[in-house]
Amino acid sequence: MALLEVRSLSFGIGNRTILDDLDFQIDRQEIHALLGSNGTGKSTLAQLIMGCSGYQPGAGKIIFDNQLINELPIYERARLGITMAWQEPARFEGVGVWDYVSLSKSDAEPAACLDRVGLDPALYVGRLLDKTLSGGERKRIELASVLALRPRLAILDEPASGIDMLSTGEIAGVILSLKREGSSVLLITHREEIARIADRASYLCKGKIIDTGPPDEIAEQYKSRACKVCDGVICR
Amino acid sequence: MSNLNDMMRVLGDYYTDAAILANRQTAHLVADGTNLLSLNEIPGVSIAAETRGEEIHAELIVREGVHIINPVHMCVGILAPDGAQIIRLRTRIERHASARLIAHCLFPNVVAARHVMNAELEMEEGAQLVYSEGHYHGMSGNTEVMPKARLRIGPGARYFSDFSLTSDRVGKLTLDYAVTVDEEAVAELTARVFGHATDQIRIRDEMYLNGKHARGLIKTRVAVDGRASSEVIGITHGNAEGARGHMDCMEIVREQAIATAEPIVKVTHPLAKITHEAAVGTVDQKQLETLMAHGLSPEQAVDMVITGMLR
Ligand SMILES: Nc1ncnc2c1ncn2[C@@H]1O[C@H](COP(=O)(O)OP(=O)(O)O)[C@@H](O)[C@H]1O
Ligand SMILES: [Mg+2]
Repeated sequence: MALLEVRSLSFGIGNRTILDDLDFQIDRQEIHALLGSNGTGKSTLAQLIMGCSGYQPGAGKIIFDNQLINELPIYERARLGITMAWQEPARFEGVGVWDYVSLSKSDAEPAACLDRVGLDPALYVGRLLDKTLSGGERKRIELASVLALRPRLAILDEPASGIDMLSTGEIAGVILSLKREGSSVLLITHREEIARIADRASYLCKGKIIDTGPPDEIAEQYKSRACKVCDGVICR
Repeated sequence: MSNLNDMMRVLGDYYTDAAILANRQTAHLVADGTNLLSLNEIPGVSIAAETRGEEIHAELIVREGVHIINPVHMCVGILAPDGAQIIRLRTRIERHASARLIAHCLFPNVVAARHVMNAELEMEEGAQLVYSEGHYHGMSGNTEVMPKARLRIGPGARYFSDFSLTSDRVGKLTLDYAVTVDEEAVAELTARVFGHATDQIRIRDEMYLNGKHARGLIKTRVAVDGRASSEVIGITHGNAEGARGHMDCMEIVREQAIATAEPIVKVTHPLAKITHEAAVGTVDQKQLETLMAHGLSPEQAVDMVITGMLR
């Protein structure tokens, strides 16, 4: 039984269709990679699942653990165990890194979570989650906060963007450990080498999932831009 | 009725360890309304004060080359439910001296009170002052507070101030600072205010970067809810080569509150540069959603964003 089920989901902005009758599932304790070119609607799907404002489905159902969640506000979805790390995480004046990673009610140690994402906890005790952090640091802290939450579903939108290439393996390790600890992961990426750590992958184009299967296969398909829907027009 | 012990108790309740007033190594001045309650000088720091009619006249001097370790405390306000306090304060930080000055302005039992501070500060060459002013105005909303300061930051001197009024009611606040910054000197003015109900906040900071390579920052953080109003005016003049100024104003507006921000930039020297940024409006949606995705309720999320901004 799937943990998350998206059925016939449509969403548009103005008169432009972004997601078109899309079907998608994530199993329990599955890392599911979502591949697609820039602008195909990956972040849009993420925000629909999380329930961000302005992201109400035009049609279709979002079902989490057998419960229809279309109408639930973001904080109630969070209470069900869904969380999201934004592609561009927000910055906060005056909010400490430590406090932020401690927001979860779980027993996870903030220091341990920071350590796991490759940040030396001692260096971040007094730091704020504001503009003084580099983009890569901010992304890592977001991952640490997701670890601390112990979510049932973690939506990670481009978790490795802004993080140096050499650390890609480190980030992959964190995602695998999320799964080991019981989370399902929606791993959004346009980098096929990251998608390969997933259990399954889906390929998004023209508002639809055009293929789902083993990550290596989907990644190859994505890499060669062998898109059956747009004929390489969008998937360039 | 009003005495030093009362003031010390109030100080301890709202701010800090009142024992600082008992420490002979810490310079201080304590006044309740027009009553001078206590004054302590230390080597290198002269303090004089007297009541003249309805006003307190005070003078604080940090002598040349002296580096004061313990902050100088100025504890003022009104303990009675009503009254007025008018203070004229002249401060001089002499050449290459450095100090911290902390002002506590307390109106814990206020029903209706008025507090006027007219300050003049002279920072001589190479001097440094870190000034913080914390206010507590109680819950009545009938406090009228007018801090006015004229500051001169001499060549190579450094001045940092932080005005804070973030718990309970503001009442009516009219803050008016004007700073002249000389060659190679630095001035940074910060104000943090949280207004509720019918509170009225007016903040006016004006900075003249008159000396070569003078640098200035005006930073304002205001939150208003209920029917409170906030008007922030920041003016920076770039009048010399290499002068650099920045104004950074953020106001969070909720419920029926209103806020305005008016940054004014005047540059009279082609090699001066002034920048500004202002963000006025409701709490940022992405910040709220990020916190809610971490399990906070909408109320908790708003609270965390505002508290952080005012910290
Ligand atoms: N607020 C918006 N207004 C108009 N178009 C938008 C808005 N947000 C996203 N889009 C468009 O929707 C499409 C999908 O965006 P997005 O989901 O961010 O793509 P991806 O994450 O796959 O790169 C893009 O073409 C983008 O320009
Ligand atoms: Mg995206």
